[in-house]
Amino acid sequence: VEPTHADSRFGSYLCSIVKTSLELALSDRVRMDLFVTHPICDAARNLAAVWGRNVPYPCEILYLPQNANARHAPVYLRGEYDRLRRTIERATGRTVTDADLVRSVRVFNENRALLRALYALRRESPWLLGAHEAYALVAVGGMIPREEHNALLRHVLPLLGDRQVPRQDKVRVVFEGGFCEQPPLDLLRAIARSCDVVDDDLLIGMRWILDEVPVNGDPLGALAHAYLERSSYSPVQRVQASGAQAAIVTAAKMCEPGLEEQVGYTRALEHAGVPFFVSEFEENMTSFEQLEVQLETFVENLLFD
Amino acid sequence: MTQAMDAPALVGRGNNDGAQLFRQWFEGLGEAADTGRPSAYVFVMGSLCELLRVFDLPVVFPEINSLQTAVRRVAHEYLNEAEDYGYSPDICGYVKADVAAQLRGGSLPMGKIPKPSIAVYTNACNTYIKWAEIWERMYRIPVATIDIPGTRAEGGQTWPGHPDFENDRMYVEAQLRELIPTLEHVSGMRFDVDRLREAMTHANTLARGWQQVLELNRSRPSVFNALTDGTIYLGVANGFRGAPEGAAYFTDLVEEMTYKAANGIGTLTDEQYRLSFVGVPCYPIFRRFSEMFTEQGGTFVTSTYLNFASGGANLGYEYDVRRPLESLAEGLLIGVRDAMDSMFHQTRVILNQLDPFGVDGVVYHPIKSCRTVSTGLADSRRALLAARDVPSLFIESDMMDRRVVSEAQLKNRIDAFFEGLASRRTQASARPADSHLPTGD
Repeated sequence: VEPTHADSRFGSYLCSIVKTSLELALSDRVRMDLFVTHPICDAARNLAAVWGRNVPYPCEILYLPQNANARHAPVYLRGEYDRLRRTIERATGRTVTDADLVRSVRVFNENRALLRALYALRRESPWLLGAHEAYALVAVGGMIPREEHNALLRHVLPLLGDRQVPRQDKVRVVFEGGFCEQPPLDLLRAIARSCDVVDDDLLIGMRWILDEVPVNGDPLGALAHAYLERSSYSPVQRVQASGAQAAIVTAAKMCEPGLEEQVGYTRALEHAGVPFFVSEFEENMTSFEQLEVQLETFVENLLFD
Repeated sequence: MTQAMDAPALVGRGNNDGAQLFRQWFEGLGEAADTGRPSAYVFVMGSLCELLRVFDLPVVFPEINSLQTAVRRVAHEYLNEAEDYGYSPDICGYVKADVAAQLRGGSLPMGKIPKPSIAVYTNACNTYIKWAEIWERMYRIPVATIDIPGTRAEGGQTWPGHPDFENDRMYVEAQLRELIPTLEHVSGMRFDVDRLREAMTHANTLARGWQQVLELNRSRPSVFNALTDGTIYLGVANGFRGAPEGAAYFTDLVEEMTYKAANGIGTLTDEQYRLSFVGVPCYPIFRRFSEMFTEQGGTFVTSTYLNFASGGANLGYEYDVRRPLESLAEGLLIGVRDAMDSMFHQTRVILNQLDPFGVDGVVYHPIKSCRTVSTGLADSRRALLAARDVPSLFIESDMMDRRVVSEAQLKNRIDAFFEGLASRRTQASARPADSHLPTGD
């Protein structure tokens, strides 16, 4: 997506994703009745305001708690989810009942369970599917109804287990830095040529909640509790839990939180004695040769160290 | 209110007293650094100084320290040091200057700052959270995020009594109540609600004065330059919030500005054009940046910076000290939310100021270092121009990094802007009053 319309709405020095996201709306590629963003970064918080000035439908921020340690946070978040429920009711013209929510939670519970199975397969038999293949299987879930994604994964997972692929001796790595803007598929393909990516933070929002959200009781309260208490964790833990030998610590270009965390992550990995490879990417990048050569050198250093 | 003074002593007092208070503040910080006294690191948007003063914690504002390195033209040394440490050229320059200052043991051009014993901050800027994590890792100190839910959609603010507002307020209040035991532990002092009431009373005086001062700039000629003088006042509004010195300063400042307004005394600029500033000043060439406007007769009568960087003190919100913690939470929520609105939804604020302040043009100054302030400014300008035929200028540079400040380019754009203003004025005087010309640089 070239941000031909969106470019003029933003300043320079910004990541690509805020521009291409708005472009989807301005170019009419995606038609919506409601836009909801969240305060993942300062550019994203601006996005709701920019979007709202350019389209006729409601645009707002879902203020997810940024003080997850506050004892009152689950109560607050339940209230915020309830506010969003009312917004959705206004936008759709229909009531969203607790029963509706429970039905949806069941669908998403199944989706997360299937994604966990996919990631378990990657950890245990990474040669069966490359990072790019796994990513494509997950990413499509963001574009189709989650029920269809569940059907797709239910069908594909057994096939993957039966796949006849020669086992190769590659370095097991964790990929970090894809929590928001996504790297191009070709970059993941380039990584997969020299590494087995056994875990990552790509599209982490789809896997943010780590286990089943209870379906008995108050669904909004259960969602709030799951978001705060049963959610994803840091890259060092991801490296340890997946038995990785190294980490690829990337950040999207101009991504303030990503670039800031890169320093903290690399220091923590250094402290833990985990080798790491640092890089940047952009969703619209098209050349990967240099990165691939650098990565191969990193891998060779690991193998011959 | 101080005793009556003669006019020459009154005019310029705010700038002189502000500079004196700054020196006093930094002397205190140097003393805390030398003696190892516990201190709190805070930020301008939601500093909670009212609460921290109860525990006698000296407050360090890393944003103010960092911008001072730029004003004193040494920021590049600090930025380079932080980049050598691993930080990207593409992140907030304030963060990097502070990282380097910490690596230097707190050494800054203005003096030495103490190490943090605690960091207390809001989410008004997401970078605050990542920044505090750096201190947490460096010093193993407690860090307290006070999460302030902002406006969900333009014009959609809720107010006390509304269930959504109360959901937010109770969340903020609960976080404040959880913070108090941590502050007791860090400072070794018990919480004293009467001292909080006292600090809140001083903050009320300060906020009332700040709002009055901003309003007094409707006067013609303007009584202060919102870009330069305003930054001095802003420093006091932040550093002395909740302190008797801050309350006295703003009481005096209202007196000075009222006197100037009553006697038609303006700034040193021969005021030809009244401008509105949107963004953060260009600190690496702070004086020259201002001169590029004042030399052409332009003075800034308003600035969104004075709204958001005062943590929303521009609203003049006054606490109800009879219910201190509840009111502190309410004031913090309303103030910080407004600060965020001044960055994300500022078009309405600017439009509402155009006529009362007699604004001739609006200058947008997005900066590389700050996505919070800069991301939406191009779009905000489009919205302003769609709503109103007003001349505007859009110039990009930085608040810290001189590598992305091109003085010659800025001057070219600013000169062209003033030529447009002059031409527009000439044409307007030659035309019937009801016709309009589109414009925008």
